[in-house]
Amino acid sequence: MRALGSVEGVASSAKGKIHVTDVRDVIVIGSGPAGYTAAIYAARARLAPLVFEGSVTAGGALMQTTEVENFPGFPDGVLGPDLMDSMRKQAERFGAELVPDDVIEVDLTATPKVVKTHSETYQARTVIVATGSRYRELNAEGEKRLSGHGVSWCATCDGFFFRELNIAVIGGGDSAMEEATFLTRFGKSVTVVHRRDQLRASKIMQDRALANPKITFRWDSEVEEVLGEGKVTGLRLRNTKTGAQDTLPVDGVFVAIGHDPRSELFAGQLPMDDEGYLIVEHPSTRTGLDGVFACGDVVDHTYRQAVTAAGTGCAAAIDAERWLADQADHES
Amino acid sequence: MGATKVVTDANFDTEVVKNAKPVIVDYWAEWCGPCRQVAPVLEEIAKEHGDKVDVVKLNIEENPQTAQKYGIMLIPTLNVFSGGEVVKQVVGAKSKSALLKELADFI
Repeated sequence: MRALGSVEGVASSAKGKIHVTDVRDVIVIGSGPAGYTAAIYAARARLAPLVFEGSVTAGGALMQTTEVENFPGFPDGVLGPDLMDSMRKQAERFGAELVPDDVIEVDLTATPKVVKTHSETYQARTVIVATGSRYRELNAEGEKRLSGHGVSWCATCDGFFFRELNIAVIGGGDSAMEEATFLTRFGKSVTVVHRRDQLRASKIMQDRALANPKITFRWDSEVEEVLGEGKVTGLRLRNTKTGAQDTLPVDGVFVAIGHDPRSELFAGQLPMDDEGYLIVEHPSTRTGLDGVFACGDVVDHTYRQAVTAAGTGCAAAIDAERWLADQADHES
Repeated sequence: MGATKVVTDANFDTEVVKNAKPVIVDYWAEWCGPCRQVAPVLEEIAKEHGDKVDVVKLNIEENPQTAQKYGIMLIPTLNVFSGGEVVKQVVGAKSKSALLKELADFI
């Protein structure tokens, strides 16, 4: 019936004409490495993808990192925000249309699929979900109240405010080690608080942190409360093995205890596991709904790297392209 | 440069504290990714609501005195000044709709 490519149509009804603007071939929701890579591939397949970057989330989690040392092709490292800026430009170069707005509602069961922002409604034959993840909070007393007054989630943003002060970093993974190492540039001391007796971080990040004389470790420790009135003065810690509590006096707390998938938009429409990760038919990116594909951190419990997100973003665009080609075959 | 204005330690008093209009101050720095992300949203708010409120940007690296005076420890932070006092604070990058909700009393 129709060839691939974005089509403008006008649907008639008894009451008059309803303008069906631009039923797109591909809508991408999300703009980290997964979303932009999907956009690059879809754009090069001449599918003119529409990409919802989010009003303040454009670039995704890498916007809060400093040097990315493990993205192939950058032997001297690359700044997270610069890497994302390059991916974004690359997607635009091939004709992706980028929208700096938030998707607030979707109907992925409809044909065509419906994606809404505050002001507009869009339609597409396929949707690629690349909404990523968000920082997990401690859920400790005092955390919310003191956020912005010593509690932070972004060492690269806020390390500056803790010159010659005592800093705690909560977590045992790569991002916690990266933050701790970075914060030694500013702080008098950096204490890593981790609830286990060993780190989850990659060997190179562990070695770097363990060898840093400014970093000390508090093992088997959980944060019960962030202390302080107008600003942070310390942490009340609980030993996970003995239950004993004590106070660690610090001026700043950086939380790096992991991420949760951003999948609330798709509740009741896309299959997800108990933690909210979208379920796809590995090794493809197909979700439980025909024509909907998912990639990046919103599906990934395990790897969560910029390069794996980019890899699955590529796979999602190719899956979408093939799905559209199959549909076109059926219709002709 | 668009609808927002740059302020410094030197002119903060005249531009913000003694401003007859409410002023939204965006504390930011070059190295802060979320600050880059929220900047276009503030431009839009300045454009759309410039009749009721001024939106100004203070680079905390170049103007540490003001940032310190107001106890800024996380960026981006937005402070709303009215009559020389901080009457509202929004911490962290927020979406436009979330910001408009937070700032509803002033715009």
